[in-house]
Amino acid sequence: MNVLEINNLTKRFGNLVAVREVSLNVAKGELCAIIGPNGAGKTTFFNLISGFFPPTSGTIIFDGNDITRLATHERVARGMARTFQITEIFPELTVFENVRIATEVADGFRLRAWIGKTQTAKVHQQVEATLKLVSLETKAGRLVGELAHGDQRAAEIAMALALKPHLLLLDEPTAGMGDQETYQITQLIRKLHRDSNYSIVLIEHDMRVVFHLADRVCVLDQGRMLAQGTPQQIAANEAVQAAYLGQAA
Amino acid sequence: MQSRKLIVLAAIWAVLLLAPYWMVPLGGYTALATRVLVLGLAAMSLNFLLGFTGVLSFGHAAYFGLGAYGAGLTLKYLALSTPLAIVAGMLLGGLCGAILGTLIVRRRGVYFAMVTIAFGQVFYYIAFQWSSLTGGDDGLRGFARQPLDFGLLKLDILTDANSFYYFVLFCFALVVGAMGFILRSPFGRTMIAIRENERRSRFLGIPVERHIWIAFTLSCFFMGAAGALYALVNNFADPRGLHYSQSGDFVMMAVMGGMRSFWGPLLGAAVFVVLQDYLSSVTVNWMSFVGLLFVLVVLFFPRGLLGFFQRSRA
Repeated sequence: MNVLEINNLTKRFGNLVAVREVSLNVAKGELCAIIGPNGAGKTTFFNLISGFFPPTSGTIIFDGNDITRLATHERVARGMARTFQITEIFPELTVFENVRIATEVADGFRLRAWIGKTQTAKVHQQVEATLKLVSLETKAGRLVGELAHGDQRAAEIAMALALKPHLLLLDEPTAGMGDQETYQITQLIRKLHRDSNYSIVLIEHDMRVVFHLADRVCVLDQGRMLAQGTPQQIAANEAVQAAYLGQAA
Repeated sequence: MQSRKLIVLAAIWAVLLLAPYWMVPLGGYTALATRVLVLGLAAMSLNFLLGFTGVLSFGHAAYFGLGAYGAGLTLKYLALSTPLAIVAGMLLGGLCGAILGTLIVRRRGVYFAMVTIAFGQVFYYIAFQWSSLTGGDDGLRGFARQPLDFGLLKLDILTDANSFYYFVLFCFALVVGAMGFILRSPFGRTMIAIRENERRSRFLGIPVERHIWIAFTLSCFFMGAAGALYALVNNFADPRGLHYSQSGDFVMMAVMGGMRSFWGPLLGAAVFVVLQDYLSSVTVNWMSFVGLLFVLVVLFFPRGLLGFFQRSRA
């Protein structure tokens, strides 16, 4: 059973073809990493999946339903959550507030002017459980904007998790991090994947992270899908080495 | 922390409840306190949108003025009832806001502000030109607030300044209570989420435009109520109450008082109204001094007067 099925997805900006007939299936519980040189169209591909803008052609099937034309918030409501290359959080609110807003939206309370005591207690419980999952429970009262970069990223992932997603899209979760923080976030993603069985698609530059985490690696180059396979297959693929790994070495 | 908030809240309401008794010895008069309340309510209504949803409307005087005309026209032509006049003003401001809001909320930033000004000016010119109904440039006259009759208890809000002050304070409390209640609800938190980070809000599954529309509409209802009270304060409705310069005054009160704080705009309105009252008897150029103060506040206390106090306490 596939969580996500993408067929021949294309996005043009004027004369530029940012994404060219890319197809990708993600199985339930799979962790799929997307790699590729700068400008390969990785983030554009993510923006198409999450509904930031519509594709020029192609279809996106999520949990068996065609979501190609749905707005962002409708995709989120169906269980798709994402994080960004540059962390998107509510900096002037506490960690707890950040996750609470996500939790309340996920519980369908976003238009409510009032919720009862039992519902409030239930929301609090969920927030605490989510914070524990990302090891931020001791920092619940801190302003997110004042946290270290790695913790901010963990808070963003917590907000995504609070939406109870069927699919997590993580755009460069370790971008701009030192070794310690990279390790911390990698362990977190590994835990989410192995223990909580989340389906995850992530974009990543750090090959150590990719080879440590991924069940499958997809290589994008100049908007096209160059190769897909296990990390070992990708490492041995000559076309990939030429386009990307060779270039990096 | 929680108890400290309660003490501050109790202090604010005590100051408001006792205003007629401490204003007069300080050289003020009750009607001045009433004006502060009404304009403060308007500034707080604007700030419901500006400070807590993060979108700047520069045409909110339109809904304030519509509230005033709604109340005035009701008293003049429909029914001699003060509560009915307030409800009518509130509905007129709120419903017009709801309709125009559907067009306005698609824009952001400067464009949002420009579109709100444009729609606001439409109402100004309607009030200005439609003399047979609105009295045109002279404003709407020929109506007066009516005494309240509760059967056993009659409250003469027309001639007794203190009774009228407490009536306005009661209405103020209802509207401000509604604002506070909403801001503390899940919906209120989505407003703050949109202010903090629109993209994140969208990717949490919040339909941002719809939520801004609801916040805009609520803000227009509150603004309509403030405008209706303003018509009752003066027994007069003025087309200049719809003009964008009036909108600018409200923005000034909110920013000066502190747009990130709930009560800031009330403080801003108090400073504005009291300065206006005092300075306009000294010089016709009173607005230059208010403007100077505004510039100083923005330069040195960017979070507004109340924001400054809150920060220095923390």
